[in-house]
Amino acid sequence: MGWQWFHRLGSPRWFYEKTNAWIPWLAVISISLLVTGAVWGLAFAPEDFKQGNSYRIIYIHVPSAFLALAGYYTMAISGAIGLIWKMKLADMVMKSAAPIGAVLTFVALVTGAVWGKPTWGTWWVWDARITSMLVLFFLYLGVIALQEAYQHQDTANKASAILALVGTVNIPIIYKSVDWWYTLHQPATIKFTSESTIDPSMLYPLLMMVTGFYVFYALVLLMSTRSEILVREKKTRWVKDLATQ
Amino acid sequence: MKFQFESAADFISMSGHGPYVWASYAITAVCLAYLVVSPLLKRRSLMAEIKRQSRIAERNAELQGTSR
Repeated sequence: MGWQWFHRLGSPRWFYEKTNAWIPWLAVISISLLVTGAVWGLAFAPEDFKQGNSYRIIYIHVPSAFLALAGYYTMAISGAIGLIWKMKLADMVMKSAAPIGAVLTFVALVTGAVWGKPTWGTWWVWDARITSMLVLFFLYLGVIALQEAYQHQDTANKASAILALVGTVNIPIIYKSVDWWYTLHQPATIKFTSESTIDPSMLYPLLMMVTGFYVFYALVLLMSTRSEILVREKKTRWVKDLATQ
Repeated sequence: MKFQFESAADFISMSGHGPYVWASYAITAVCLAYLVVSPLLKRRSLMAEIKRQSRIAERNAELQGTSR
């Protein structure tokens, strides 16, 4: 009885209709958080005494890097669910999560490079954190490529789920890279186990941006999954009715 | 909480770091916009395709009806 929701998730149509009303809410919440957070971070948060104004890139660099990693969990876990329970919806989530994660990893890498120039004097270094993030980017690209590489969707899903699961080895490496190796990249700013190394006047807009990115991620993953549902179910009555009504 | 810059020009230049900061924000904005727009375009083209096919199917059904 308690598992009914889980079985219902097996029905893409049920999921599509259920989530209809969520989209506008997620859109309004994420856009207002992102706009407020960006204005706060750009104009009202104090200047950093060491890095000057270039540090303001933190307000997009850190949230996008967070979501690049969280997006990888989402992709790998839904891949595993699809592999174990043969759930169609989970496979669609995995497929949708790959390009979103790739874009967010790209944003983290590019903003990091642009931040590196005035701060370290270089756009790029082969340092442990940055290299492991680049590997993450290639893992995302690998999943996207595998999705396109097979005639049969089931084979494509299996192959990309396995790649996603094997690639999770990279995640702890990314987290720990700044502690394990001597790197140019600064250590974590926000810590859950001890005091954060950032002043509250800079932390609050950062937390707002992180929350905004999380909600935004939920929004685009949902939008993307819903479009994918329509593509895969395009031969069914309900999708035809949706298109022609 | 107060505005951290003397003037609008100062805000844009960010004491020399302006190009880096604004470039980062611009690239991010474009990327995030792409993430919103691409599922919408995918949905739109699919819907157009289904509509076109159903029109063809209807026409075929009509033609078959008149030939008999």
